[in-house]
Amino acid sequence: MNKKKAILIDITRCIGCGACYEACKEQNHLPETSSDPLRDTLSDKTFTIIEQRGDYFIRKMCQHCDKPSCVSVCPVGAFEKTEWGAVLYDEDKCMGCRYCMQACPYQIPRYEWGELNPRVQKCVMCYDRVKNGLPTACAEACPAEATIFGDREELIKEAESRIRDNPDRYYPYIYGLNEVGGTSVFYLSPVSFEELKFNTNLPKKALPNFTWEALSKIPTIVTVGGVFLTGFYWLTNRKNEIAKERFQDEQEEISKSKTEGDITDEK
Amino acid sequence: MKNNSIFKLTFWKGVALLMLVIGGYSIFLRYTKGLGAVTNLSDQFSWGLWIGFDILCGVGLAAGGFTLCAIVYIFNIKRFKPIIRPTILTAFLGYLLVIFALLIDLGRPWAIWHALVMWNPHSVMFEVAWCVMLYTTVLFFEFSPIILEKFKLYKLLKVIKAITIPLVVAGVILSTLHQSSLGSLYLIVPAKMHPLWYSSWLPVYFFLSAVSVGCAMIIFESYLSAKAFNRQLEFSLVKDIGRWIVVALGAYSVLKFMDLLHEGKLKLLLESSEETYLFWLEVIVGIFIPIILLIVRKIRENRIGLFASAAFVIGGFLLNRMNVSITSIQTFSDYYYFPSFYEIATTLFIVTVGIIVFNLIVKNFKVFEEVPVHENKFKYIVIDGREALKEN
Ligand code: SF4
Ligand code: SF4
Ligand code: SF4
Repeated sequence: MNKKKAILIDITRCIGCGACYEACKEQNHLPETSSDPLRDTLSDKTFTIIEQRGDYFIRKMCQHCDKPSCVSVCPVGAFEKTEWGAVLYDEDKCMGCRYCMQACPYQIPRYEWGELNPRVQKCVMCYDRVKNGLPTACAEACPAEATIFGDREELIKEAESRIRDNPDRYYPYIYGLNEVGGTSVFYLSPVSFEELKFNTNLPKKALPNFTWEALSKIPTIVTVGGVFLTGFYWLTNRKNEIAKERFQDEQEEISKSKTEGDITDEK
Repeated sequence: MKNNSIFKLTFWKGVALLMLVIGGYSIFLRYTKGLGAVTNLSDQFSWGLWIGFDILCGVGLAAGGFTLCAIVYIFNIKRFKPIIRPTILTAFLGYLLVIFALLIDLGRPWAIWHALVMWNPHSVMFEVAWCVMLYTTVLFFEFSPIILEKFKLYKLLKVIKAITIPLVVAGVILSTLHQSSLGSLYLIVPAKMHPLWYSSWLPVYFFLSAVSVGCAMIIFESYLSAKAFNRQLEFSLVKDIGRWIVVALGAYSVLKFMDLLHEGKLKLLLESSEETYLFWLEVIVGIFIPIILLIVRKIRENRIGLFASAAFVIGGFLLNRMNVSITSIQTFSDYYYFPSFYEIATTLFIVTVGIIVFNLIVKNFKVFEEVPVHENKFKYIVIDGREALKEN
């Protein structure tokens, strides 16, 4: 299971039946939240939804980013990027700051707002099933093979060949391959992703890098700052001492000259 | 006259009591019914008023502590020493309240200690947590002489005085780090923030605005506590701080506009959108007006003028933090967030507690020094000995 896994969602094939939605609910023991899968929204009780945009159906779920923002921002390391690709959450570590929700570029993590001991909730890429060599519940349930599960590299090849072999059918772009430094969920579309209101403004650079550029300066700030401040303290105090000494010297000289009877100062 | 002042007192006491009762009830509800029941937060808007105001603004407003410590101890401008105690007291209280607010906002407040043992050095939040914790400890030590004096623990007092400089250096560094890191928190959401506020310079903006608002708070508080406690305003002192504000705000605004220019965002300044208006409001109130006011010597050296300039800086600062944390995030969110009654009540509760505790401490401990100037013989930066002679 060391190979990286991924999910490929082919929008040209999706018929909006909601089988993935139902399968996910069952697999994760989630209560019913809506009678119509096309009307539901992601929540602490719904990890995947299908949205209708024009003639097309779009599945929404955690992208299991390669360099996940949620993993990077969590102060207590409650999120983990597993070797095989899934991004998992450990409720025993979480302290509920909700930075993961703030940071996720896809607005995926959901909170149990109604609970007194709330958890962050999201798709877990069917960890229990994949562990045992099974595909994710949503992929298995899909009657149209619009969602398929497999090795990441193979799925990328599959997506590429679908675009190559049917240029009329596909918009030539694999969404998710390079967004925010790459993810584990890829989308193929018949029309441009902008038209389907996908978030196409996302940088290709992994988002945690933006933070790291600032964070990595900390050792410099601490050391240079320490030297600078202590040095400045030493400088300003030295100045005062010199001023004091000079002042005293002058006093002495004045009194000396006075004893010598020189009265030029008083003139 | 006498009646009047009694009425005034009871009126404010009444207001405070009301705040405490309503706020206390809100906090009670939050712990018994959960965050969802009392806040307007949602999955699309997971940080609201409590993070934006109680934490971001709270930490910034307490920046006077490290700014003044640096001025007095590092840059050795000793004449500001008389106002250092009230400033440290405010900073210390400010940080305690920030931690209190955090305990209300966290979903699992009892797990707050996890940040101590479960490390994630890639997280800005992790860094902020450590800095705030360490700096609050530093502030406690810096504040402790006030208590030690009261209880005549002179030995301990001596120990604390001996480590003043290391404490101050640590405090300044820790503050620089977390004041700027509060801005770094937002670096990771380039696509979720309005471009007028998103910038790779966010940490520097946060730091510079914290320094200027820290200075403004020193002026503001000196003025208010002079009034409230019937003391003389250390006016000759605080008016000089006005010039520091001009420098900090000047650097801040130049950076801000240069970056907008570099990033090709200047055209956004001419758009007619809610964001653009709020941006201009923030910049005009918090930067342009105070700079203009403070440059004019007559205004800077006038009590009301100085106080008003400080108030503008503070107002602009609050607007900026709210814009960063709420307005800019609102742009790309389909959820409209406005704080709930309980959220506002909780925030007012925290502010009220701060004011009450400040009053109590000032009344019972020697926070304001009685003889402000005389102990400072020879301690000015003077290179010429004759000058020193004149000053004394
Ligand atoms: S989509 Fe969001 S929650 Fe999922 S891995 Fe990426 S950052 Fe984390
Ligand atoms: S809410 Fe929990 S999982 Fe999310 S960032 Fe905070 S501590 Fe980590
Ligand atoms: S991978 Fe599993 S948890 Fe995730 S959406 Fe599919 S069924 Fe749900």
